[in-house]
Amino acid sequence: MSVLTRSADLAGAATAAPAGAARRMRWWTPYAFLAPYLLLFAVFMVLPIGFGFWTSLHEWDISLPAKPFVGLEHYTELFDPASVDGSRFWMAMRATGVFTVASVPLLILLPLLVALLMNGRFRGRNVYRAVYFAPYVLGVAVVGFVWRYLLDGNIGLVDHYLGLDVQWTTDVPPAWIALVGVTVWWTLGLNAVIFLAGLQDIPRELYEAAMVDGAGPLARFRAVTLPGLRPVTVFVVNATILASANMFGQSYLITSGAPADQTKTAIYLIAETGLRQFDMGTASAMSFILAGFLMCASALVFGAFRDRSKP
Amino acid sequence: MTSPLSRRSFLGLSGAVGLTATLAACGGGTKIGSGSSAPASAAPTFSGGEYNGPKVNLEFWNGFTGGDGPHFRAMLDAFNKEYAGRIEVRNVTRRWEDLYPAMPTAIAAGKGPDVAVIHIDWIGTFAVRSVLSPLDDVVSALKLSDADFIPAVWQAGVYGGKRYSVPLDVHCLGDYWNAAHLDKIGLKEAPADKATYQDALAELAKAGVAKPFWMPNKWPAHLMFMTLLWQNGGRLYSEDGTKALWGSDQGAQALAWMVEQIDKGYSPEKVAIDTQYAAFKNDKVSFTWDGIWQINDLKTNAPNLRWGLSPVPAIGDSAAVWSSSHNLVMTAQAAKDANKVQAAKFFIDHISRQSTEWAKAGMIPARNSVRQDPSIADLPQIKLAADPGVFHFLPALPGVGDVQSKALELAVAKAVLKQSSPADALKEGVVTADKLLADNKRKYAQ
Repeated sequence: MSVLTRSADLAGAATAAPAGAARRMRWWTPYAFLAPYLLLFAVFMVLPIGFGFWTSLHEWDISLPAKPFVGLEHYTELFDPASVDGSRFWMAMRATGVFTVASVPLLILLPLLVALLMNGRFRGRNVYRAVYFAPYVLGVAVVGFVWRYLLDGNIGLVDHYLGLDVQWTTDVPPAWIALVGVTVWWTLGLNAVIFLAGLQDIPRELYEAAMVDGAGPLARFRAVTLPGLRPVTVFVVNATILASANMFGQSYLITSGAPADQTKTAIYLIAETGLRQFDMGTASAMSFILAGFLMCASALVFGAFRDRSKP
Repeated sequence: MTSPLSRRSFLGLSGAVGLTATLAACGGGTKIGSGSSAPASAAPTFSGGEYNGPKVNLEFWNGFTGGDGPHFRAMLDAFNKEYAGRIEVRNVTRRWEDLYPAMPTAIAAGKGPDVAVIHIDWIGTFAVRSVLSPLDDVVSALKLSDADFIPAVWQAGVYGGKRYSVPLDVHCLGDYWNAAHLDKIGLKEAPADKATYQDALAELAKAGVAKPFWMPNKWPAHLMFMTLLWQNGGRLYSEDGTKALWGSDQGAQALAWMVEQIDKGYSPEKVAIDTQYAAFKNDKVSFTWDGIWQINDLKTNAPNLRWGLSPVPAIGDSAAVWSSSHNLVMTAQAAKDANKVQAAKFFIDHISRQSTEWAKAGMIPARNSVRQDPSIADLPQIKLAADPGVFHFLPALPGVGDVQSKALELAVAKAVLKQSSPADALKEGVVTADKLLADNKRKYAQ
C-alpha cells in the first residue's frame, strides 16, 4: 500500500518537476545550504578581520588598559614617510617588493624546468623527485640557521670554498641574492611537484595528435604543454607571489634585517611592531595596507591570465 | 592602572600593623591588565620567616639560556628539595628576546610567571604596564637599603614610589682576549687605555693576526657604543626622558672610534651578528668585547682556547662600562593569590641570599658585602667590579627598549656598515629617538 502511494507520489513529482521544485524552494533554502560555511567564514574570517580593523583605529597596546580611539591616525602616520613608523614601514615594503620581484620569476621558471625533467621516463626518477623536494620538508628554522652560518662573509663555508669575499648576510645586494637563493633552494620542490601534477593531467592524445601533425618538441611545448598548464600556473604564480610577499623567517634568521633594516620585510616589521613592541594598532594598520597591496597583485595576476585565455 | 589615590593610601598605610590584610589586597589590586577586576584575596605583609601556607606551585621564568643556566637550575633544585611538599618552583627558561614580549600577554592570560628574573631596564616598562607587583615589604624584611647595593642598581627598582625588584647581580661588558695571540706580542693582559690598545692591535696585525678586533654592527655593538659614550663623558637620555643625548660630540667620537677599527684594517667590514664571538672562540680574533655571561660558555664550549678577561679599556677620558642587572620580581599574576604572594616573597628572599652561589654562574653579586667575600674573589669577573663606580646603566624609562632598538641600535649599525658617517647616523637616530620619547611620554603617562 504505502509503497504504492509513495511511488505514485514520486511519479507525480517527477512529472511536475520544474513547477514543483520552484514551489518547494523556500527563500532561505540557499542560505541554509550556505550556513555551515558562512558560520565558519564569519567566525574565522569576518570577525578577526573586523576586529583587526577596529584595532587599527585605536592606540592598542596589549597590556595597557587604556586603548584610546585614534581614528585613521595610524594610517596617516604610515603614509607620512617622515614619521618614524612610516619610514620604517615603507623601507620594509620596499624590501618585500625587492624580494618578491626577484624571487617569483625564479620560483616559476626553475620549478617548471625541473618538472619537465621529472616528467620524463628514466631510471632513478623517484630518487630525483625526492632529492628536489627534500629541502622543502625542512622547517624555516633549520634552513635559516644552517644557511646563516654557511653564508657568513667572514667565517662561512660558502666563501671559503668558492674563494670569495662576499658579505652574503650583511650587505646588499649580496644579501638579496642569498635570501632569494636560499628560498629557491628551499621551496623549489613544492612548485615543481604542483607543475608535475599539472603535466601529468595533460592528455597524452594531445601530444600524439600534435606529433602526427608534425610538431617538434618546442612546438609541442608551446602549443600543448603551456596551455595545458594554464590553470595550474595561475595558482602557482598567485601562491608564490603571496608566499614571497609574506617572507619572514629567512630574513629574520639569516640577515636579521641587516644591513641596517634593509632586508627587514613587511611581515618581519609587523611581527616586531605588534608582538615585540605591543603596538597592535600600528601593526594592524600595516597589515591592512600590505593586504591591500597583495589583493591588487592577485587581481592583476588573474586579470593577466584571463585575458590571454580568451582568443 | 590603579588610581593615584589607592596608590597613595597603600603607601600611607603600609606601616600600620592592624591593616596589613587590607593593604596586601591593595597590593593585589595593582594587578590590572584590564583594570576592572577586584583582588581575589588578601595576603598579609611579608615579614621574613618560613612559608606556612598550603602547598603552592610557582611558575618561574628567566632567560638564563647561556652558561648561567645550569647554575641557576641547581639553585632551584636545592630549593625545591628543601621545601618539597610546601613550595614547588617550576622553571621556564627562554631567550630574553622571547621572554620579554611573551611576559605581559602570558600574565594577562594567567599563564605567565608568578616570579621572574628581568633586567634592570625593563622594570620601568613592566611596572607601568602593571605586569609587576610591589615588593616593598620583602625589602624591609630583608633589611636591604641602598647602602648594600650599587646606587644605580638599587634606584632602578623603584617606579612611582614603589619598589618592584630585588637585585640579584650586576653584569657588564668585558674585554675577552686570546692569550696565545697576546703571547706573540709579549703581553700578559689586555691593555687598559687607548694608546696601548691601539699599539697592541698594530703589533698583533704585524705578528700575523690579520684582523685582531672584529667590530660587530649588531649586538653587542650598541653596548660598545654606550660604553664609549660614557667614557667620553656623554649621556644617553635627559633626566626627564624627553631628549636623546647620545648624538652629542662624545657620541660621534665614540662611534668614530668603532668605525676607525675597520678603517685601520683591524676588523673586517660588515661583520654579521655573533660572528665576532664565533671567530673569537675559533682562535681567529685577539680581542672581543662581550658580556661576562659568556664566561661559562667559553669554559664549556671552547675548552682548548686560552683566554683571559679584563675590564673594557678606557678609550675615552674616564673608565666606564655598560652594565645591567638581573632582578627578581613578583608578577601581577601571583598577586591574585594570597598564598602565592607569600610563597613568592619567601622564594625571592631565599634566592637573593644565595649571591655567592650565583656568582659562580659568571655574575657579579649585586650586594657590596658579597663582592668582598673571599670565596668568590678568584672568579674572573670579580676584578671587573673593583670600582663599581664604572658601571653605567640604561635608565629604567618606560619604553626605553623601543627607543634603543628603533633609533640607537640602528644608528650604530648604519655607521659600522658605513652606510653613513658616525655623526650623520647619530643625528638621524636622535631625530627618531626624540619622536619616540615624546610618544612614550604620552603613552605611559596615563
